[in-house]
Amino acid sequence: MAAVSGTAVDISGAMITAPTPLADWMVIAPVAVPIVFGALLLMVRHHTRLHAGLAIGALGLTFIANVFLLARVLTDGPVVMTMGRWLPPFGISFTADTLGASMALVGTLVAIVCALYSTRDIEAVGRRYGFYPFMLLMMAGVGGAFLTGDIFNLYVWFEVFLISSFGMLVLGSEERQLDGAMKYGVLNLIATSLFLIATAYLYGIFGTLNMADIAVKAGELRGTAPLTTLATLYLLAFGMKAAAFPVNFWLPASYHTPRIVTAALFGSVLTKIGIYALLRTLVMLFPPERALLSGLIAWVAAATMILGVMGALAQTDIRRMMGFVVISGIGVMMAGLALGTPEAVAGTILYTFHSMLLMAALYLLAGVMNEAGGSYSLREVSGLYRSHPLLAGGAFVLVLATAGLPPASGLWPKVLLVKASLDVGNGWLAFAILASGLLTTIALGRFFLLAFWRQGAEEAAEGEVPVLGYVVLAALTLPVLVIGVYPEPFIRIAENAASGLIDPSIYIGTVFPAGATP
Amino acid sequence: MEAVLAILVGVFFAVGIYLMLSRHIIRILLGIVIFGNAVNLTIFIAGRIVREVPPIIPVGHDVPDTITANPLPQALILTAIVISFSLFAFLLVLAFRAYQDLGTDDTDGMRIAEPEGEDLPPLGY
Repeated sequence: MAAVSGTAVDISGAMITAPTPLADWMVIAPVAVPIVFGALLLMVRHHTRLHAGLAIGALGLTFIANVFLLARVLTDGPVVMTMGRWLPPFGISFTADTLGASMALVGTLVAIVCALYSTRDIEAVGRRYGFYPFMLLMMAGVGGAFLTGDIFNLYVWFEVFLISSFGMLVLGSEERQLDGAMKYGVLNLIATSLFLIATAYLYGIFGTLNMADIAVKAGELRGTAPLTTLATLYLLAFGMKAAAFPVNFWLPASYHTPRIVTAALFGSVLTKIGIYALLRTLVMLFPPERALLSGLIAWVAAATMILGVMGALAQTDIRRMMGFVVISGIGVMMAGLALGTPEAVAGTILYTFHSMLLMAALYLLAGVMNEAGGSYSLREVSGLYRSHPLLAGGAFVLVLATAGLPPASGLWPKVLLVKASLDVGNGWLAFAILASGLLTTIALGRFFLLAFWRQGAEEAAEGEVPVLGYVVLAALTLPVLVIGVYPEPFIRIAENAASGLIDPSIYIGTVFPAGATP
Repeated sequence: MEAVLAILVGVFFAVGIYLMLSRHIIRILLGIVIFGNAVNLTIFIAGRIVREVPPIIPVGHDVPDTITANPLPQALILTAIVISFSLFAFLLVLAFRAYQDLGTDDTDGMRIAEPEGEDLPPLGY
């Protein structure tokens, strides 16, 4: 045991001695690639012509890394890489399981599509003020949040994407953007502070921040430690991030103000990270506490889905209507969280994939309709069915998907969730899901009726839809249709992710090989 | 020591939340700063407080002899301070720009993004 000069110290008790296998470095690629390219874009910030190409290339690389990561996770189970080679829980572990890897994959796909449309939507001034670096750094934060296995690290990634999203939100500095960003900024900062409070208490109770370690120790500490308080604090903090009623009013105040690609990216990805974090903490770390809170979560879920879609019914501005549709979807996802059975959690995860694709498509559809019809107001846009039949076809598929009708992707997660709630005898929650589906059909049906079928006062809308608009809409509508028509592989991925959450023994075993918990 | 700090944290939370309930942006921002400091102190207490014993392992030992100060909460707090400081700086600039452009720091007057009395969608055609 002599640590005096010359003698080698045996470090195998505290550090990982074997070098990390090359394949495991794949875990940090979805974070490292956007950060490196984001920094690169800051260096070449004066050459705005390079930005779009570099950003799309970087997101393409991230997408490829995510595909390989998910394929590896599906065949071999979770992949872990611990920073600094300290043994977990002392080093920060990046842990990719099916849930994190699949969500990172869908999020990156949406980001690529948004980046493609941004070449049209973001003008030279926006590029000069750094739209693309902000976007890449935000995607790095999103990837980090999905893949980290450390709860304080999760907080850091939340702040990374939050501050990048501020930059994207105020790009242009219009008065309405300043107004929206003020409310978004203050309320999201409070939400992450609540998250930090909960994490402080968690550290005080467990003495560890590694999620696998917490999952192991929660069983021993249950009964003596105030874990229900912790779970409630996390529910409040992440519910606020996910825009669940009654802490959702920052979303409709801000999401319609930025450029349409920014709104698409936010509405699609950012709120879903709240749902992801809720699943991670409540289902994986504190399942008995989640069961205790399930009545409350069910009420929150029902109120969010019904009040969200009622808000959508009252909006004239298409973008504001989409904001309320996002909220309504959050309610449906919370329903699975309230039930907590494997089938329900799988339904929630599948709905998250669907909602990420769909919300980006709906916001981009609003942007394309603005180009074609010249307005975002339902009082002004009209006659698009006659002038742009192809656009109307795509929009009709998206309306079906939002309402949860076949043959689009909204059907299957709702089937899973309704069946799961009937199985546990929770009939009113199933009714709430179906009622919100009916109200969504009315809201979106009226949107389609007014914007596409109604004849305008003058002749048909004369605006041209760019080819790029059709390309990006097709890129998002096709997966929506594929999930709707052939849901089997996607349901299997969702079930795999759900079983990994509900029984985290494989996750824990990967972080602590050979059961070596300190 | 923990008890005194816990009371201080309670006072900080109370002051922060009271200020955040105001309608004026500048008070809300001051509330957020105090709230953030309350959170940082919470982390500090959560790591247990040991006075003036640096976590340095003497030569020839594998573990320290006595209970030492916990360095991890300090690392967490430093991270949280840096993050909340940068977010606060951004929000201050944003609030100033909003005050310049919107002419008010009263949140009730900030109704540009969500105008009052907006038209409902048409009921028929």
